Amino acid sequence: MLGRTANDLYWLARYVERAENIARLIEVGYRIALLPREGEGYNEEWRYTLASAGCADGYFAKHANLNTRDVINYLLFDCSNRSSVQSCLKAARHNGRAQRIALTRDMWEALNDAWIEFSNIKPADVTANELPRMLDWIRSRSALYRGAMLNTILRDSTYFFSQIGTFLERADNTARILDVKYYVLLPEVEMVGSGVDNVQWGAILRSVSAHRSYRWVYKQNYRPWRIAEYLIFHKAMPRSLGACYDQIMTSLNGLGQICGARHACHETALETTRILSQDDVDAVFQSGLHEFLQDFIARNNRLGCEVAEAYHFNG
Amino acid sequence: MRRAFDEMNGLGGEGVRSPYYAFAEWLGTQKLDALKHKSVEAETLFRRTGITFSVYGSEDASERLIPFDIIPRILSASEWRRLTVGIEQRVRALNAFMYDIYHRQEIIKAGRIPEELVISNDAFIPEMVGAEPPLSIYSHVIGIDIVRTSENDFFVLEDNTRTPSGVSYMLENRETMMHMFPDLFAKNRVTPVENYPENLLKTLESVAPRGLDREPTIALLTPGPFNSAYYEHSFLADQMGVELVEGQDLVVLDGVLQMKTILGPTQVDVLYRRIDDEFLDPLEFRPDSVLGVPGIFDLYRAGRVTIVNAPGAGIADDKAIYSYIPEIIQFYTGRAPILQNVPTYNCRKADDLAYVLEHLPELVVKEVHGSGGYGMLVGPAASKDEIDTFRKKLQAHPNNYIAQPTLALSTCPTLVEAGVAPRHLDLRPFALFGDQVRITPGGLTRVALRQGSLVVNSSQGGGTKDTWVLQD
Repeated sequence: MLGRTANDLYWLARYVERAENIARLIEVGYRIALLPREGEGYNEEWRYTLASAGCADGYFAKHANLNTRDVINYLLFDCSNRSSVQSCLKAARHNGRAQRIALTRDMWEALNDAWIEFSNIKPADVTANELPRMLDWIRSRSALYRGAMLNTILRDSTYFFSQIGTFLERADNTARILDVKYYVLLPEVEMVGSGVDNVQWGAILRSVSAHRSYRWVYKQNYRPWRIAEYLIFHKAMPRSLGACYDQIMTSLNGLGQICGARHACHETALETTRILSQDDVDAVFQSGLHEFLQDFIARNNRLGCEVAEAYHFNG
Repeated sequence: MRRAFDEMNGLGGEGVRSPYYAFAEWLGTQKLDALKHKSVEAETLFRRTGITFSVYGSEDASERLIPFDIIPRILSASEWRRLTVGIEQRVRALNAFMYDIYHRQEIIKAGRIPEELVISNDAFIPEMVGAEPPLSIYSHVIGIDIVRTSENDFFVLEDNTRTPSGVSYMLENRETMMHMFPDLFAKNRVTPVENYPENLLKTLESVAPRGLDREPTIALLTPGPFNSAYYEHSFLADQMGVELVEGQDLVVLDGVLQMKTILGPTQVDVLYRRIDDEFLDPLEFRPDSVLGVPGIFDLYRAGRVTIVNAPGAGIADDKAIYSYIPEIIQFYTGRAPILQNVPTYNCRKADDLAYVLEHLPELVVKEVHGSGGYGMLVGPAASKDEIDTFRKKLQAHPNNYIAQPTLALSTCPTLVEAGVAPRHLDLRPFALFGDQVRITPGGLTRVALRQGSLVVNSSQGGGTKDTWVLQD
């Protein structure tokens, strides 16, 4: 496999995952924006959405104020935003076309069909009533692509690079969502327990599709430290940091076998996996949730760079 | 206007020609609506698979399809056999010619071809003089454009010895037909074409550099997804199981050609390149090229890598050389050509120029360095003004032009808006030349979709048909 192919497949997976995550973030942000709020005003919620998506700087370079229409357009359609859904689907499809041979027919068709449909949508057509359907559609296309991949791809390097891309992106996303709102998860907050905080906790869980599964697992109302524990450590939760790293490790081990060698990326991933297996949320709060998450995000980024280097993504 | 020979009905009045017996019977039972429905189905299949090509420079959601006509062009086994003997003779003679002009140039010394036609030709690459390609073959993949004017008259319109394309359409057309009309294949014993990729691979392996002590590593060099033939490049690489590479994936390192894999640089022994000569090596040819590999040409001269088709192979398909092909075949094989060239007037010769100027309304005049059907004059279809304009161009630059009588290309029933109607077509068989000559049965049939049109190129609205060679 060419290094460039590995690079394209890895990024393709990241873009597809990112598109889905952005759609989910918009959905949550929009839902909160619809709720009656005291104090800050509902537009402020979008600040957190932008921060979670890593799009705050880009947005404020173009727009002076926060408002629902502008934020949603920026996250869905703006081509100058490399993380917009539009940019992600376009880049994913571009990579898919460049690596036609590596994809199965089902994968290519899912990607191509999604791109064709999305590029025909005009921002002006997405009214308030249309938005939820649009966001559902984005999530479903992403699911279709992933389903096609999991069902049809040979479990070799194509599969492994795709998995690493998907779960690295997913872990980054979960960590950011937690980090942007870390202060509502601190132990002191639980004492306050107002309706607003409950809404915030629910929003964090919704952002990772975990608001109902939480109750199945914990059989109790939202508790901030449980939320942190759930999203960081709980392996059964598919978007938790621990679950992501299990998948990353499996795929890195697979590559190690195929290529007959292990690299710095294997060591880094192993170390992160070890940290995520400790399952001790109290220790996390003691050393600082925000610090823990920032450290994780940095380690995650470093892993991405090390994988690129180990497998000659750039020649 | 004389009636054209029809592949199915001949000249009319004699009933259906024998290769079409079974098909004609089937066609008679089909309703027009059902056929049109199948036509739409074919287009959907092509689009979903992505057998599209992008217009140069744009990557928008709607890419173009080359129209596919569901009525096949059918040849009998014996018709095909006669063609293959002629094709093989031509393939060998063209390669012998290339070997000669890049070595002792005996044909020039014998006065059979003017020296400046070869030496001053853009397609002649002086850097190739003295090179020893494996098996002395320069053009391993050749597409020969053939037209038919009667039951027994076939003419070669053009040889394509550089980077002929269309093979993927030939293969996908067959797949589509088999998918949509399995009953037709039960009634007609059609020789398979699906082993083209396997044969191409064998051909490439057979010209690996001498002295290799392991299985050769093959790669296919493409200009990339923005190239209009990209689908074919990725299709062939996929079917052969070889890496599809771009210039950026290759590097000359440690005296060999290497591709950049996830395991680090890996040696490549044979490179099937689908980029033009001038882009191959910025150190040797166009310095601004990013499609090729710096230093690859030196490697090639040193025999450390084989490039297919070899640099400089274009000299054999140059239109100015075309009129000398009968000479060339005679010179290297000692025999008369089996397949005829179209009688060709070379406007650089005074006598020929005079004739051409006199008979413009009857002739097809082409630019020596043109392609895709552009820049030509179709005398019988041109207005007086168009002819006058062209006359001036000819007089200004006679060396740029050749002329041929208009041939009454054969027609074949084709599904058009109004129903099934005859349309002109040509045939491009593909020949592979390595350890042996392997010619794929049939090839690509290109059809001019506009009534009366003789221009079959896809870039000007032509379509393709499945080509059948029946078994005995």
